[in-house]
Parts: sequence; C-alpha cells; structure tokens
Amino acid sequence: MTPKNTEPLLRVENLRVEVPSRRGALTAVDDVSFDIAPGEVLGVVGESGAGKSLTGAAIIGLLEPPLRIAGGSITLSGRRIDTLPYEAMRRVRGKEIGVIFQDPLTSLNPLHTVGHQLVETVRTHLDMGSVEARGRALSLLGEVGIAAAEERIDHYPHQFSGGMRQRVVIALAIAASPRLIIADEPTTALDVSVQAQIIALLKRLGRDHGTAIMLVTHDMGVIAETAHRVAVMYAGRIVEIGSVRKIIDRPSHPYTAGLMASIPRTSGPRGRLQQIDGTMPRLNAIPEGCPFNPRCPKRLSRCRHDRPDLIPSGDADVACWLYLPVSEPTHA
Amino acid sequence: MVAFTIQRLLQSVLVMLTVALIAFALFNYVGDPISNIVGQDTTLADRDHLRAELGLNDSFIAQFARFVSHAAQGNFGLSYQQARPVSQIILEKMPATLELSFTAALLALIVGVPMGIYAGLHRHSWVSQTMLTVSLIGVSLPTFLIGILLILIFAVVLGWLPSFGRGAVVHIGWWTTGLLTAEGLRAIILPAITLALFQMTLIMRLVRAEMIEVLRTDYIKFARARGLTSRAINFGHALKNTLVPVITITGLQLGSIIAFAVITETVFQWPGMGLMFIQAVSFADIPVMATYLVLVGFFFVVINLVVDLLYYVVDPRLRIEREASANV
Ligand SMILES: Nc1ncnc2c1ncn2[C@@H]1O[C@H](COP(=O)(O)OP(=O)(O)OP(=O)(O)O)[C@@H](O)[C@H]1O
Ligand code: SF4
Ligand SMILES: [Mg+2]
Repeated sequence: MTPKNTEPLLRVENLRVEVPSRRGALTAVDDVSFDIAPGEVLGVVGESGAGKSLTGAAIIGLLEPPLRIAGGSITLSGRRIDTLPYEAMRRVRGKEIGVIFQDPLTSLNPLHTVGHQLVETVRTHLDMGSVEARGRALSLLGEVGIAAAEERIDHYPHQFSGGMRQRVVIALAIAASPRLIIADEPTTALDVSVQAQIIALLKRLGRDHGTAIMLVTHDMGVIAETAHRVAVMYAGRIVEIGSVRKIIDRPSHPYTAGLMASIPRTSGPRGRLQQIDGTMPRLNAIPEGCPFNPRCPKRLSRCRHDRPDLIPSGDADVACWLYLPVSEPTHA
Repeated sequence: MVAFTIQRLLQSVLVMLTVALIAFALFNYVGDPISNIVGQDTTLADRDHLRAELGLNDSFIAQFARFVSHAAQGNFGLSYQQARPVSQIILEKMPATLELSFTAALLALIVGVPMGIYAGLHRHSWVSQTMLTVSLIGVSLPTFLIGILLILIFAVVLGWLPSFGRGAVVHIGWWTTGLLTAEGLRAIILPAITLALFQMTLIMRLVRAEMIEVLRTDYIKFARARGLTSRAINFGHALKNTLVPVITITGLQLGSIIAFAVITETVFQWPGMGLMFIQAVSFADIPVMATYLVLVGFFFVVINLVVDLLYYVVDPRLRIEREASANV
C-alpha cells in the first residue's frame, strides 16, 4: 500500500525494548520494524501485553525506567530520534509527534482549565504570545468539535463529559500541528456511543492535515474503517503487516487468521478481538522457536526450534514458516 | 463562595461554644470558685453573699451565657495567682508565643517543602535517601530532648546562642517583638528550630510522598507526551496538585505548633502563653488555664477556617461543584 517513492515519515528498524529482571533482561519488544508514510494510518493490533503500548512509548522516548531501548533505531523524517538527548526529544514530543492516551478522564490536569493546558502546549512549541496562543486554542477547540469554545475554554476538565474530554485531549495532541499522532486505544475508555465520533474526528483530522496516525486498538471494526495498513503484534514481535484489506480478508499468519475469525461478518466489520485458545506467553516464558507455536493449529516441527523472521510474502510481510520464500519440506 | 463561608463560620462558632463549655466547666466545677477567691477565715454568710453576688446561684444556662458573653468581650475574670485580669496577662504573653510559632511554621515550610520536592523528584539520589533517614530521627526524637541537645551544643559547648529567654524586645503598641533586635533574633533561633523540627520533617515527607504519587498520574505522563518542559511539569502541574494536602496538613500543624509550644517554652524559659499555662497549672490558677484553653481552641478554629478557604481556592472541583449546587 505504501507507495515506494515516498520517503517514510517514521521508520522503526529492529526496535528492541528490554526490562531488566532478576534472571537477566526480558525482551518486551523484539526486533520490530515498520514504516509509516506521511498521511498514512497504521493500525496496530494484538492481544493485551503484545507490546503495542511499549512500541509507542519507545517512539516518543517515554519508556519508563527500568524499561529501555536495547537495540534498533527510530527515524522521523530522516532524522534519528531514539538517540536524541532528553531536551531535544522533548521538543519533538508534541511538536512533531502528538500523543493520545486511552483515558481522557485522567489525561487532563484537574487543577487547570482546558484553555490553560492548551495555551501552555501551544506556547511550548510555537513562538506565540498569550493572546495569539489563546486564539489558536479557541480554533483548536472548534476544530475538534467543541461547541461554544469561547465559553468552554475557561472550564475545568471535570466540567466536560468523557467524550468531550477526549476531544480536548485530541486538541492538545494536534496543538502544534504534528505530522504524526500516536493514538493508544483512544476510544477504549469511552461510551460505545461516542467511540465512533472520536474515530471519525481522528480520521478527518488526519485527512485534512495530512497527519499520519499510529492507531493502537483492540477494535477490528475501527481498524477496518480507519487504517490503511495493519501491523499484528504477538509476544513483542510483529507477526504480520500489510494492507488493511489483505489482513482482514486474506490473513496469512495463523494468529492473524485467528483474530479475524472473531469478526462477525454478517453484521459488518465491527467486532472485538476474541480469545484464541490459550493465552499469550508472559515475557519470562516466551517459548523457543515461533512464539505462537504452542497455540498454533498449523504448527510444523521446526516451529518449536527455529524462530521465523518477518519476510515479504506476496502482498504482506509475514513471520511464519508456512510462508517461506524458498520451498522447503513443510511437513515432518 | 459566600454560602460555603457562612457554613464554615457557623461550624466554627459551634466548635468554639463547645470549647467554651469545657472551659466553663473547668472554671466552675474544678474546686470551689468561692474558696479560690476568698481567704480561709471568711464566714459562711459572707461566702453565700459573694456566691449570690457573682451569680453562682443562677441556672447553668444563665451562667454559661454570661461566661460566653464576657469571654466574647475579652473578659475572662481575674487570675487567682496574680489578681490581675486574665486578658491582660494573656495579651502580654501572646506575642511571644505567636512569634515563636509563626517563625517555627515558616521555618518548617521554607525548609520542608523544597526538601520534599527535591526528594520527590530525585528519589533515588543519595541526598534524598540521607534526608529521609535523618528526617526519621526528627520525627522520632521527643521535642524536649531536641531542645536540650541544641542547648547543650550551641549554648553550653559552643556558646554561640542564648539558652533561655526572649532577649531584648521592642514595644509596638501592646505588641512586643523580639524580631527587631539582634539579641531577640539570636534568642529565637534555638527554640524555633526545636519547635519546627518535627513539622519540618513531617512536611518534607508529606510533600515527597505527594510528589511521587502525582508524578505517576496519567496527566503528568500526558504533560510529558505534550513536550512540556520539566519545569512546567514539576512545578506547574505536579507541585500544584500536591498543594491541597500540604496546605491542609501544614495548617493543622500550625495549630499544634501553638499548642505544643508549651514544651518548647518550658525548655527555653520562653515567656509565652505556654510557660504561663504551665505556671498556672502549678498554682491551680483556673481562670488562666480556662482562658488558655479557649484561646488555643480559637486558634485551631481560625486556622481550620483559613485552611478550608484555601483548599477551596486551590481546587476548582470543589469550587465549581459548590457554586453549581449553591445556584440550584
Ligand atoms: N513498566 C514495566 N515493567 C515491566 N514490564 C512491563 C512494563 N510495562 C509493560 N511491561 C510488559 O511489557 C509487555 C508489553 O506491554 P504493553 O503495555 O506494550 O502491552 P500492550 O500490547 O499495549 O497491551 P494492552 O493491550 O493491554 O495495552 C507486557 O508483557 C507487560 O507486562
Ligand atoms: S511459524 Fe509455525 S507455529 Fe508459528 S505461526 Fe507459523 S506455523 Fe504456526
Ligand atoms: Mg497498551
């Protein structure tokens, strides 16, 4: 899907995130590579604990110690950002990468008005006086669909509903017109009735401003409606990445196939990830070979010993011994 | 805001009436007020006469009402020991205690809050660990011991600072202050440190704990993700959110500082209300004791009131919900 002639906005290569533990370092994100093109929406799915949030946190340089990037590189518009010193990376956050977290109820400081928080963010990144910044705050509120912005701007977060607060959070994320937004489950904490509105808003903003979005979600319906491409994560690795139609309609990896089987086709593409038999291994118990092998219905004998890499296979990249570029005996 | 203030004021009045009742009971039912006033050889008839004259035969309610109305006008009767109006004695002693208490509270805040912020922001540094360990000593040593140790080191061994009294004072109207003379300033150092130490460690530990707690919240993470500067995050967002509990505790502590000044004043022979109270106890000078009780109660109530109002200024959730419900 990504046209080869455009340079990627974000390039993540062989990213590895580790947590020190008593018995050596555990790998929470393992050899993850992907690109996001300008204006592209990349959906990231996978069961809880797959490493989706940690990947996002690593990109914005906010892994909480003792978590740390142990390898790989992250490049934004051709500039390496994973090695930037704290102060330089701080300028990237908010300015070039906007972030939206899961819970709008707790993302805003209860003791400051939304206007204060908007103006503060605008003035941190853009060279504006307080009057000009307030003007921008007002137009941001208007843009994310908050009516009577003139009045609402001086209200405190607790005076807004959950959906409205998430709109404020989005306004904060786009305050300095970043080219990339990382949205980590932006609708999970919201009422079902407002989830669609928030997603529609994100989609519109992305389109209007050409903003790329990395959208982490458990909601396959949202993926189907919003994403251009999808990355499927399992046990800290990307197991399959490709265009949204390919991933949803013709999944290659047995794990992706299991995820997609849970979407009720008859009632449209909306549906939640359903548990595949068994559970994802914990970090300290990731099996040898293919991490998915204990749960895999199509397991081969080599799956228990050899770890498959993510390699191109047709119109997607897949990490599974079933999709070898060169033919090898597949049954044992 | 107005409704909130009125409600708090009414509560305060209620508390003061209760304190007054206790003081009044102390006055009238601990010992016999008549024998406290008259000599051994007064006749029974004279005693009865005096009793009637003082209104001691009136109903309980009437007597209590009279006590409250006198107290409200600052009339607390005569000291048994000094045969002078209690109010006069109190007015002489109050400046010393208030000066000592506020100096101690200020010291505790000025030292405790920054130390707490530092320890909260750099909680793994050895400086923070050391402060924490040392503060444990501050919390666990009894006040009089700290006072005596300070006297031993700085007054007896080093001879740098005076060990007792208030030094030279300056009169400003009825108020006397030791803060305007070098001697007075030197004299207040040791007692102020003694009185402040406990509160200082308390405030430091509280601010530290609150900072750590707040720094873990989602809105701080989001503030970081927005690229705000560390200064904006630590002081504009984190510190402000720690203020509510800090104001509450510090305010309440100011009340205890005034109350606990009794010990410090005794150790340093500081001529304040605490020392006066101890002397009153040993002479069974009930009017002085009762007045001290009412006054300390009064300070507590006023401080509580101020704390509540500050609380209300800092936290918009409280403010706006109250306004909303007041408008209904
Ligand atoms: N601070 C931490 N210390 C140790 N391990 C952590 C920490 N944060 C996350 N992990 C581990 O890293 C793994 C990946 O976590 P991550 O939060 O990225 O999962 P996720 O895919 O976002 O899951 P979810 O869908 O539940 O949000 C999990 O196994 C988690 O237990
Ligand atoms: S590599 Fe083997 S175990 Fe892993 S998904 Fe493919 S077939 Fe299943
Ligand atoms: Mg997550």
